[in-house]
Amino acid sequence: MGIPENVKKRLSIPADEYFYAGHTACQGCGASLGLRYVLKAYGKKTIFTIPACCSTIIAGAWPYNTLEANLFHTAFETTGAVMGGIEAALKAMGYKVKGEDGVMVVGWAGDGGTADIGLQALSGFLERGHDAVYIMYDNEAYMNTGIQRSGSTPYGAWTTNTPGGKKHFLEKRHKKKVIDIVIAHEVPYAATASIAFPEDFIRKLKKARKIPGPSFIQLFSPCPTGWRSPTDKSIEIARLAVQTAYFPLFEYENGKYKINMPSTKKEPKPIEEFLKYQGRFKYMMKEDIEILQQWVNHEWEKLKKLAEVFG
Amino acid sequence: MPIRTVMKANEAAAWAAKLAKPKVIAAFPITPSTLVPEKISEFVANGELEAEFIKVESEHSAISACVGASAAGVRTFTATASQGLALMHEVLFIAAGMRLPIVIAVGNRSLSAPINIWNDWQDTISERDTGWLQFYAENNQEALDLILIAFKVAENEKVLLPTMVGFDAFILTHTVEPVEIPDQELVDEFLGEYNPKYAYLDPEKPITQGTLAFPAHYMEARYTVWEANENAKKVIDEVFAEFEKKFGRKYSKIEEYRTDDAEIVFVTMGSLAGTVKEYVDYLREKGIKAGAAKLTVYRPFPAEEVRELAGKAKVIALLEKNITFSIGGALFQDFSRALINQKEKPILVDFILGLGGRDVTFKDLDEALEISRKALAGEEFEEVNWIGLRKEIL
Repeated sequence: MGIPENVKKRLSIPADEYFYAGHTACQGCGASLGLRYVLKAYGKKTIFTIPACCSTIIAGAWPYNTLEANLFHTAFETTGAVMGGIEAALKAMGYKVKGEDGVMVVGWAGDGGTADIGLQALSGFLERGHDAVYIMYDNEAYMNTGIQRSGSTPYGAWTTNTPGGKKHFLEKRHKKKVIDIVIAHEVPYAATASIAFPEDFIRKLKKARKIPGPSFIQLFSPCPTGWRSPTDKSIEIARLAVQTAYFPLFEYENGKYKINMPSTKKEPKPIEEFLKYQGRFKYMMKEDIEILQQWVNHEWEKLKKLAEVFG
Repeated sequence: MPIRTVMKANEAAAWAAKLAKPKVIAAFPITPSTLVPEKISEFVANGELEAEFIKVESEHSAISACVGASAAGVRTFTATASQGLALMHEVLFIAAGMRLPIVIAVGNRSLSAPINIWNDWQDTISERDTGWLQFYAENNQEALDLILIAFKVAENEKVLLPTMVGFDAFILTHTVEPVEIPDQELVDEFLGEYNPKYAYLDPEKPITQGTLAFPAHYMEARYTVWEANENAKKVIDEVFAEFEKKFGRKYSKIEEYRTDDAEIVFVTMGSLAGTVKEYVDYLREKGIKAGAAKLTVYRPFPAEEVRELAGKAKVIALLEKNITFSIGGALFQDFSRALINQKEKPILVDFILGLGGRDVTFKDLDEALEISRKALAGEEFEEVNWIGLRKEIL
């Protein structure tokens, strides 16, 4: 069987499969879907650096392996540094790295491993200009260790260490804007992407491949286990995150901003739409939702302004 | 022809790296090792060394980048000291566990607090359980030679373990001494190219490295690190012999000095060995039967050679620039382990001295001698002694 070649060519998402069944991700896992798309876009001549995170497990414990590419598991905070070492070694050995047919050096790290403990190594990686792609799969908390808040956890979210009680509220701080920190390094290419929009994600992965230097993609990846959401709603939630402008999709390319989604012409959907399927937000009061909405509005206006001025 | 010149140990380490031709170097500045990457930067900038030099933002990233590069299959090198090595701690285990033959040059220095940039061995000694091999240089020539030897041992397929070479901060790192730079051709012959035989990241043949191992498999992986350490003992002897044949300088795991009829043998490492040998000469002139021994190889621990040495002495006085609190020095623990089940064994007396760059003088060694002689005479003595303490400021 298999897909005929003439049909394959017309597919917006490559038919090639390098991420196999039998992996150990939870049902409805956004990250595993993301990893599958990355492999579809880059193929097996890819060397992944994976820090301690959900994907350590998803990829399979020894002697099992669920994906067909080089995989290098490393310590939590080292993704950026290890990728740099791999890229330098490949170059020293004479390999073509990145570009249309080069070896792809890819960092695949969670939000905790990127926004918090791995931020320094990420900064060093971006600053040194390695030819590699860093992908932060953002499920907005430390999920692998049992749902603890990270710098990427949004306001009002329940996690096991922002449980909410008589004295203290849930997560009190807004989501750390890692993408803005990345852009502050004036990288050649940075983008946000979502598992709900795979064509857009793959297009960005391919663009990241072509542009020399470090690229960064922040991938919105729902986690039903940690978000207390139905496992069949992951894609819908990810879509609503974009449509409410909670997680807008945009690109920063050589100093220019471009908003992909949602439309800048009309009002985004209210934030309640994004919150509705997720048990982690169920303790929020009306005024908390308003605080989150205000933040979304502010960030969205800021982004629109940036796209207007530096578009 | 080899070049005879003068240089600091830091420069000697950089020269060793240049001669070994690593393809990737990642380093972060720290006193007293900063000059090593500085000098290497010059070599790279002048095209004298073809290598990718990654200027990382921390030692943690330096060793992480080396891990990535080594896993991709190239020879890698870095240098650090003290807090920098401590910051690498976590990744040192990973490098050994993944069997990556990275070499680190360490300008041995104390650890904070208080802040202190001077010499002792607490930095490398504190990493003795990571699985890394550890060599200690007495002088700048040894620093250069041992780094070359380190690459050769580390990359041996029976070993495949990362290796650190320590040389004392300032006493060696910043002191100019005569050094012979070996011939590049001979070094090329000695080291050869590094071509990993087993696991490395080949873009054409995907593998997984560093994966999760459940309790059913983890212990076996750790055992292979033990086994590799054991294998290294023989490999080191072979490499020392080959080095001597090629370059004419002789190394052994433990170097003995006037031990044959010695009653008291002072054992130490690093540059202190020079002082101790001179002290032994001075004692011999006075008719005191003293000898000295220096550990060039600390990991793998040369237990067999220690037992041999122990057979020659009534008292072994361990002179150590490190401390395990509530126990004593690391050598004291390791010597105890090597000798505990021997029928005949010397008395071990431990001396903690020279911490944080305090100079070790004959006066300090006199203090150690006095306690050692008490032990020899069967009198009561303290097992662990802090030498040269300024009691007036305590």
